[in-house]
Amino acid sequence: MKFTLRVWRQDNQFDKGRLVMYVVDDISPDMSFLEMLDVLNERLIKDGEEPIAFDHDCREGICGMCGLMINGNAHGPNKLTTTCQLHMRSFSENEAITIEPWRAKPFPVIKDLVVDRSSFDRIIESGGYISAPTGSAPDAHAVPVSKADADNAFEAAACIGCGACVAACPNGSGMLFTAAKTTHLGLLPQGQPERLTRALDMVETHDDLGFGGCTNSGECTAVCPKGIPLEAIGRLNRDVLKAATKLPARH
Amino acid sequence: MYTEGAPIVDGKRPDGPLDERWEKRRFSARLVNPANKRKMTVIVVGTGLAGGSAAATLAELGYNVLSFCYQDSPRRAHSIAAQGGINAAKNYRNDGDSVFRLFYDTIKGGDFRARESNVHRLAEVSVEIIDQCVAQGVPFAREYGGLLDTRSFGGAQVSRTFYARGQTGQQLLLGAYQALARQINAGRVKMHPRTEMLDLIVDDGRARGIVARDLVTGDIETYTADAVVLATGGYGNTFYLSTNAKGSNATAIWRAHKRGALFANPCYTQIHPTCIPVSGAHQSKLTLMSESLRNDGRVWVPKAPKDNRAPHMIPEDERDYYLERMYPSFGNLVPRDIASRAAKNICDTGHGVGPGGLGVYLDFSDAIERLGRDAVEAKYGNLFEMYAQITGENPYKVPMRIYPAVHYTMGGLWVDYDLQSTIPGLFVIGEANFSDHGANRLGASALMQGLADGYFILPNTIGDYLADGPFPPVSQQAITSVEQEVVDRVVRILAVDGDRSPDDIHRELGQLMWDYCGMERSEEGLRKALEAIPALRKEFWQRVRVLGTGDGLNQSLEKAGRVADFIDLAELMVIDALHRTESCGGHFRAESQTEDGEALRDDENFSYVAAWEYGPQQPVLHREELLFENVTPSQRSYK
Amino acid sequence: MLDAARRTTPGRIWSSTIGKKAVMGVTGLLMLIYVIVHMASNLKIFFGRENIDGYASWLRHLLDGLLGYEGFVWVARIGLVACVVLHMTAAIQLARRARKARPKAYQHRAKVQGSYAARTMRWGGVILALFIVYHILDLTAGVLNPNGVHLAVYDNVVADFQRWYVVLFYAAAVIALGFHIRHGLWSGLQSLGASTAARQRAIQSFAFAVAFLITVGFLAVPFAVLTGLVG
Repeated sequence: MKFTLRVWRQDNQFDKGRLVMYVVDDISPDMSFLEMLDVLNERLIKDGEEPIAFDHDCREGICGMCGLMINGNAHGPNKLTTTCQLHMRSFSENEAITIEPWRAKPFPVIKDLVVDRSSFDRIIESGGYISAPTGSAPDAHAVPVSKADADNAFEAAACIGCGACVAACPNGSGMLFTAAKTTHLGLLPQGQPERLTRALDMVETHDDLGFGGCTNSGECTAVCPKGIPLEAIGRLNRDVLKAATKLPARH
Repeated sequence: MYTEGAPIVDGKRPDGPLDERWEKRRFSARLVNPANKRKMTVIVVGTGLAGGSAAATLAELGYNVLSFCYQDSPRRAHSIAAQGGINAAKNYRNDGDSVFRLFYDTIKGGDFRARESNVHRLAEVSVEIIDQCVAQGVPFAREYGGLLDTRSFGGAQVSRTFYARGQTGQQLLLGAYQALARQINAGRVKMHPRTEMLDLIVDDGRARGIVARDLVTGDIETYTADAVVLATGGYGNTFYLSTNAKGSNATAIWRAHKRGALFANPCYTQIHPTCIPVSGAHQSKLTLMSESLRNDGRVWVPKAPKDNRAPHMIPEDERDYYLERMYPSFGNLVPRDIASRAAKNICDTGHGVGPGGLGVYLDFSDAIERLGRDAVEAKYGNLFEMYAQITGENPYKVPMRIYPAVHYTMGGLWVDYDLQSTIPGLFVIGEANFSDHGANRLGASALMQGLADGYFILPNTIGDYLADGPFPPVSQQAITSVEQEVVDRVVRILAVDGDRSPDDIHRELGQLMWDYCGMERSEEGLRKALEAIPALRKEFWQRVRVLGTGDGLNQSLEKAGRVADFIDLAELMVIDALHRTESCGGHFRAESQTEDGEALRDDENFSYVAAWEYGPQQPVLHREELLFENVTPSQRSYK
Repeated sequence: MLDAARRTTPGRIWSSTIGKKAVMGVTGLLMLIYVIVHMASNLKIFFGRENIDGYASWLRHLLDGLLGYEGFVWVARIGLVACVVLHMTAAIQLARRARKARPKAYQHRAKVQGSYAARTMRWGGVILALFIVYHILDLTAGVLNPNGVHLAVYDNVVADFQRWYVVLFYAAAVIALGFHIRHGLWSGLQSLGASTAARQRAIQSFAFAVAFLITVGFLAVPFAVLTGLVG
């Protein structure tokens, strides 16, 4: 297969950046999107041009490291698919493909298609955990958890932190990511004691980092490779409002 | 090829009854008072299950922790990709499980090449891991009554594997990551993501710090501490194609090895039987499908060689369910090495299916009939989706095709019972060490070992070393000399400016290792590899091409440095494989097999850990005898 | 954001993007109630001049023992202005925050999910604001009305909608309102945390039904005038 690529090239954080055109040929439909970029990079190295930098690691759709804006779609045209799991058979012969990095103020571009998503870590650090120091745990069967709650918690916990939700959101909001974590922990009995402070702290951090607010447009859940549902945000909203009204003043 | 050194002993192993040893060691290990903990710093490299849990737990104890990972976030370490589950001797099923049985299964699964004391401790601690993870909010699968569900796994006849759909590693890692995040927030851990350790600083005989490259700015930086913990995972990527993440590398352990840490059993690699077959030359990595699939899937090939009819066109009596035929009592649940080699052998005789005949069927039609499609989907839904996504085939309708792939490395840096390497102050945990899996790891045991090391073992044993601290400041000379070496090496790689990309050379190394040091090894092949590797090393240093500079993000430069170390490590793997003329676990020597083609162990001559010391010319072999006081090594039989 | 602002409940709400959305949700719902009452009372025009003019007069006498003549109307107006101010301020602040959150736009952007209603909330809101200003000058203050007699609701309305361009503008504004309610009602309930997985579909249908009825109800009057059914 043959494709015309327009790839975002940017030397570093301060460079203005530009789209550069490359034509790739002899691409097998069984190649993954990233393998197609590997092939291009091999050629660039041969030609003496610096290869395109892009993030990737596990290449099996679970680490959350990869993520490209492909023709304006986060992770490309297929639903429930990370960039590394996207295969060239999903594109048509001679298709023009524009590849850009995630764009959001809290995700500054480091180089080419690589962005810095450490703001997601800041959100988790501000409360996305259950305080259970090692050694303090009761027997695992001490507290039964209904299967429904466990399953729903799992569904939210499946978030891989790739940032597609932010990339796709017209407001540059990280609310789906934040909500996935508060939903995961908030549904489990172990997560109850910190549920309200967690929601409040994480959203405050989210806002301080410069993410946009959620306007329920639903773009995030449409591109989410793990299908985190929008109602997670509804649940987060509930928790935050409850926290704002119920929690005693903090000093 | 190598020289013989003095035998080595595990000086920390307590004596006495097996089930009291860990208790004994915990009591004899000295404690560090809280005020002193605050004065000491521990470096933890790697943020997977072992590193993440260790960093969090050490910080909870009061140490200052510096944590490093090459990924952009500690949450992405490759433990995240583990699918199937985690073993624990909870015996919630009342099906005859016990700590001793988990110990026995693990030591037998490892083909009697692991230490009894370590493995028993692992089995003891397994119980606490599940409690800890549940308390952290890990959403394990549950039954309708609200209690935890378990399943059985390869190499075991009890149901002791806890799981979270097919994403157990992810959920456990997120638990550890969240515990780590809590400590980062508390200021007890300073996190350095996108930072790769490139060397170890040893001063006055103690590991005192690391030299690392900030992958974003390109700055070479040094960090000093009172102890260094390596949790950098395995070296499966030596084979280029493996189920490891693309970035997984051996640089940290190889650098530590060159600074004096012994490397144990480098040839023990695990080839996982259920991976998606290679689709072409462009293949950049292999994707594993959890071996839990073998619980309900049946493995078969056409009885007739070169039979390329579609699978549904092949009638039942023309199918060879070879695992069930060859191993009636374990059937499709035989340990990984056996399942892998059986697949290779059957494909070598022309029965393989799919492109190049390198694949066997894993068929769920019986399970779908017996349990219903919904039940199968509930258990394996995400694995089926993944398979469909990669191959474009629907596994509910067409049997999956699978083929073995390099998955895990049982070898690693040699550590004593305290998980301390031969360099004082250098601790090694998780897949990076060699300690618990012997010559072959049982399914669902890697997660168990990583978390056991990180949450429960290291935090208890490291105190004994740190009780002598805080240590005096590291000499400037020790720091600058290592730093200079690292800088020089980066300059040297950039200066080659040849015509082959790092990936290109890596691919060649991988093919070489797969052919000669893969599932089946022979004297002849290994000797060939031993000639080819030095030539490839030379090729690398003459022809590698890394464009750009070292100032800033340069992924080619990262790869090149890793490939150079893989080449060196590959040579040691081959030497180890060559010296071990027996077959055991994942290491199958063609010369050492029973009449019906099973691995033939040689306990008389090889019941030891091969711990290799780095030598600029030749490695030096130190043997650690393995003592079996509680189990009798038997020829493994899963028939 | 100052941490001090986050110590009290109002501070916590207003300083958070979720809180601001909740404010928009509450004010939006209050305005929606007003709009529904307004729409329903508009339909009184079909019962004749006396009916609707009498209603206008009745409204001004409502609770006059307590609030005085037109007191109730002024309370409602002040309440509505407060809602509009809060709703718009929050919307503007969130829109500016969204713009800052993506300083560099995509060169190639495909829309995947967002409905037309969701994407036009902001410009739809601006159109509505402009329309409301005109609408007040036209039918409340009477200065832009060809008839312009205070409390002569029937005649004022009929005079208004004799002109096709007014009907056109009015219709455009009403459709914008319909879209705004279509997404806004659902979004408001989501922001206030009322939407759960089980209720998701019901809330979506409810929002659509309310938006549709309001649009039709408001459009009925001008088209009745234009076609001579009323007047």
